[in-house]
Amino acid sequence: MNIFSRFGEFLLMLKGMFTKPEQLRMYWKELMHQCVELGIGSLGIVAIISVFIGAVSTVQTAYQFVSPIIPRSVIAQIVRDSVILEFAPTITCIVLAGVVGSKISSELGNMRVSEQIDALEIMGINTKAYLVMPKILAALITVPLLVIIAMVLGIWGGRFVGDLTGILPHEIYDRGLLESFVPYNVTFALAKAYTFAFIITAIPAYFGYNVKGGALEIGRASTTAVVTSCVIILLADYVLAAVLL
Amino acid sequence: MISITNIEKGFSGKPVIEGVSAEFETGKCNLIIGASGSGKTVLMKCLVGLITPNQGQIYYDGESFTSMNDDQKKIMRRKIGMLFQGSALFDSMTVEQNIMFPLDMFSNKTRGEKLKRVAEVLDRVNLSEAHKKFPAEISGGMKKRVGIARAIVLNPQYLFCDEPNSGLDPQTSLVIDKLIREITTEFNITTVINTHDMNSVMEIGDRILYMFQGKKEWEGTNKEIIFSKNEKLNSFIFASEFLQDAKDMRMLEMKGKIDNNRDMDDLLSR
Repeated sequence: MNIFSRFGEFLLMLKGMFTKPEQLRMYWKELMHQCVELGIGSLGIVAIISVFIGAVSTVQTAYQFVSPIIPRSVIAQIVRDSVILEFAPTITCIVLAGVVGSKISSELGNMRVSEQIDALEIMGINTKAYLVMPKILAALITVPLLVIIAMVLGIWGGRFVGDLTGILPHEIYDRGLLESFVPYNVTFALAKAYTFAFIITAIPAYFGYNVKGGALEIGRASTTAVVTSCVIILLADYVLAAVLL
Repeated sequence: MISITNIEKGFSGKPVIEGVSAEFETGKCNLIIGASGSGKTVLMKCLVGLITPNQGQIYYDGESFTSMNDDQKKIMRRKIGMLFQGSALFDSMTVEQNIMFPLDMFSNKTRGEKLKRVAEVLDRVNLSEAHKKFPAEISGGMKKRVGIARAIVLNPQYLFCDEPNSGLDPQTSLVIDKLIREITTEFNITTVINTHDMNSVMEIGDRILYMFQGKKEWEGTNKEIIFSKNEKLNSFIFASEFLQDAKDMRMLEMKGKIDNNRDMDDLLSR
């Protein structure tokens, strides 16, 4: 199957999600379940990554700033803008593509192979709407929130390490954070978060939903889903930067 | 009654089912038998709409299933129950939740009413004690029974069973066969069973459709199948020498050439 057929199949899957729910209460329940699974389930890894990214950014930026004529508060500005513009949305979503993407792909793949999706179809349930739509919606709700948490924790991580190592006292760091702040950067980061949220759920869902074969194919589908999601995230990252900045 | 006319289905240009026509009667166990790769499962998937046939018509009590749009098919499917080869139970749900799922999705009953209905069907399949267990915690035979309970919880008019005895020991297979037979007659359901288990054929085969390389090769009842002159059918059902010997002996009994009340222990001890 070539890339165009796959893309067409992907679009048809998305189109197939938009039908009247058989029982709204069950869809709501599934949406809440997915919000917990994707959002709260990923909170730990997002927190750890964000704190360390902020910390490393502070150390590395300070290491490169050797000129005495540049105020040290600039380090905080650079850490803030890098975390908001790139690290929080992109790195977080690339990690989530691995964590969430492989989970979605293998879950749906296993359901397909063990005929659970067929069983739902036989009952008269639109499986694309019931299994795929709540995952995408849950990601659109929770991933931007995770990205905001990642921004806060990343900036805090930089502040904490600056203080801990003596590179940058927190008074200077705090002052730097407030200098030349562009609120649009947060809007841009959230635009990226929504785009990536869609990518990290819709693509793995497509690969998982269309698995044919057995356990080996489920594994292959998960790997393909994660790799494809990561590549498309990077591509979308560039396109969004070129268009919106 | 379900009737199919001239069903054809192929994949990548290779025909899998060729011009199959048949009728599956209400209140009876209609069996589709055949060797692996003969097109049984594809035919059943065509019947329930999981695969669209390339050609031919499927009628459910006179209503053309193949001409229905997606919404009409969804409504029709609520009258269909299906037991899958691997049971297809939802791993993350308990037995009770698995059976309650169709009720949650399609009925507006209260939770109490739903629980009562679940208890009824679990009792019907003799699994009253398994409510809170997960599929991973129960045996293959129990999974099949839960699958049957889930299939009948919405009182379907049509029941499809794909290889209901695969992976089960002969004793459990008999229990499953008996259960399917009882449910079929009790609720007057049109039951279609896909199998290659000869015990099932002899036990519950009210109507039998034998498929060979994607075509309908023979049709009849479990009483007729034993004496069929169809060579392909005979080589399928009497694949083992033991069964062939048993058939020959039965023929001799019927012709009165040997005593059908003979004492086998006595014969063997001589």
